[in-house]
Amino acid sequence: MRALVWHGKEDIRCDTVTDPEIEDPRDAIIKVTSCAICGSDLHLFHNFIPAMMPGDIMGHEMMGEVVETGSGMNGKLKKGDRIVVPFTIQCGECDQCRRGNFSVCERSNRNKALADKAFGHTTAGLFGYTHLTGGYPGGQAEYLRVPFADSTHIKVPDSLTDEQVLFLGDILPTGWQAAVHCDIEPTDTVVVWGCGPVGQMAIRSAVLLGAKLVVAIDCIPERLSMAQAGGALTIDFSQESVVERLNELTDGKGPEKCIDAVGLESHVSMSQPDTLLDRAKQIMMLENDRPHVLREMIYVCRPGGIISIPGVYSGLVDKIPMGQAMNKGLTFRMGQTHVNRWTPDLVRRIEEGQIDPSFVITHTATLEEGPEMYKVFRNKQDSCIKVVLKP
Amino acid sequence: MSILSRLTRNEGDPKILSSGPRSREATDELARGLGWFSLGLGLFQLMAPQRITRAFGVTGSEHVVRAYGAREIASGMLTLSTDKRAGLASRVAGDGLDIVTLLALLSYRNPQRHTVKAALAMVVGITAIDLLAAGAVSARKARPKTVKDYSDRSGFPGGVVGARGIARQKPPTEARAETTH
Repeated sequence: MRALVWHGKEDIRCDTVTDPEIEDPRDAIIKVTSCAICGSDLHLFHNFIPAMMPGDIMGHEMMGEVVETGSGMNGKLKKGDRIVVPFTIQCGECDQCRRGNFSVCERSNRNKALADKAFGHTTAGLFGYTHLTGGYPGGQAEYLRVPFADSTHIKVPDSLTDEQVLFLGDILPTGWQAAVHCDIEPTDTVVVWGCGPVGQMAIRSAVLLGAKLVVAIDCIPERLSMAQAGGALTIDFSQESVVERLNELTDGKGPEKCIDAVGLESHVSMSQPDTLLDRAKQIMMLENDRPHVLREMIYVCRPGGIISIPGVYSGLVDKIPMGQAMNKGLTFRMGQTHVNRWTPDLVRRIEEGQIDPSFVITHTATLEEGPEMYKVFRNKQDSCIKVVLKP
Repeated sequence: MSILSRLTRNEGDPKILSSGPRSREATDELARGLGWFSLGLGLFQLMAPQRITRAFGVTGSEHVVRAYGAREIASGMLTLSTDKRAGLASRVAGDGLDIVTLLALLSYRNPQRHTVKAALAMVVGITAIDLLAAGAVSARKARPKTVKDYSDRSGFPGGVVGARGIARQKPPTEARAETTH
């Protein structure tokens, strides 16, 4: 089969690889009908997240048709079923899965010992996302082996198109969880830093959940235009001061709820000197991530407010003003998305027409065009916001 | 790396049979080559400056060579990073400084002026390569002058006004393992 394979920093190739096989009774093989390039795939593309190995297959947003199952499905999945695959692999039986904390499933990371050392305790196995989270082959491929498939799947109605349901596997629940974590009240101002795909979903989620005002921050015109279309008031941080504008919008009190949909690769610019220092330290391997957005959120957030972090961070960050955060009594909520926790609710909302996540797709391409699309997406060429690949 | 990769990979995981189209271009490879060259030259300048000062007839100026070496290493690291545009620009600036420095050593009183001439020719050649690489990388990363209009992409089939607060009518529900399937 063909698959997008990581060979090193900025080196993704469309390779021919051997087909996946059933390895465990709870496995299923799907023929991938649609998959997407996620913003967090770019962290891997840039080699910012440790433990990628040459030969790893990329991709954690995918869906398709079940073509083979192991013997342990217990009637939960059968050949021919159309499923979206959540990016977090879940056993469905451990303490964490029973609590709905699927992204920290205790049993699905096959490199648990490594993850225990790195994180203190293991998190769930993830598709196509480093050997720290299991080194599972990803879904930017023609076929995918889904471990724990009897639990790790989302059955989707035939009435909905691939484009409408594909993002149930990652960015829609990620944006939704970020907004739900904010405990939004009708009087709240919710600010979303970063108008990439997750930011766009977080904006829509905050609107649906009834925030008084949703503000979106970015510097890319087409992303701001899409954010505005979704009901957000926009701030272009390259043109105006974020802190001054947010204080102006909130009578000097600051927003109650802040969402970081940027993560470890904050924009680097002369106007934000801390980003230059972070970048220099990152190059010298003195710091993993560039946490400018975290610093700004902590500074501008209203005392007693909530900071929600769906953006990916990989390791150590410097100069986080914990004194400000502590004294202002801020609440931090974060984590990889517990995808299936939100699935039934979100499927219903798509079916009812509350939201159609396909709005975010700007580019559709073949798998062979995948390596080129990584560059188009990374360089934000051709107004690219979200790429869907059709193997 | 590939051996380590095979060790950490499960027996049944797909293995590469042949490679196809790739994201890394010739200019990326050129930039990487220049980055490694910078690192190598910088380390040499830091560790053996007296060999350079002797060759150029400026014994006693080792501290200057070491400073240039540190600059080369910084440029190399930047060029090897994802910010290769900035790295290549810093290399071009460094080339300019090298050329000015070497021109200053072209005095008739310098018995090593023939070595300086050869070095100058080399630096001019490398500057041309740096300019070529920097131009190609900059062109690729340049923002387009026109952007697409996404103002019709609300994502709300019923419109933004109808969507505001609609989820409060039926607040978010959460599923756990027992109830998921």
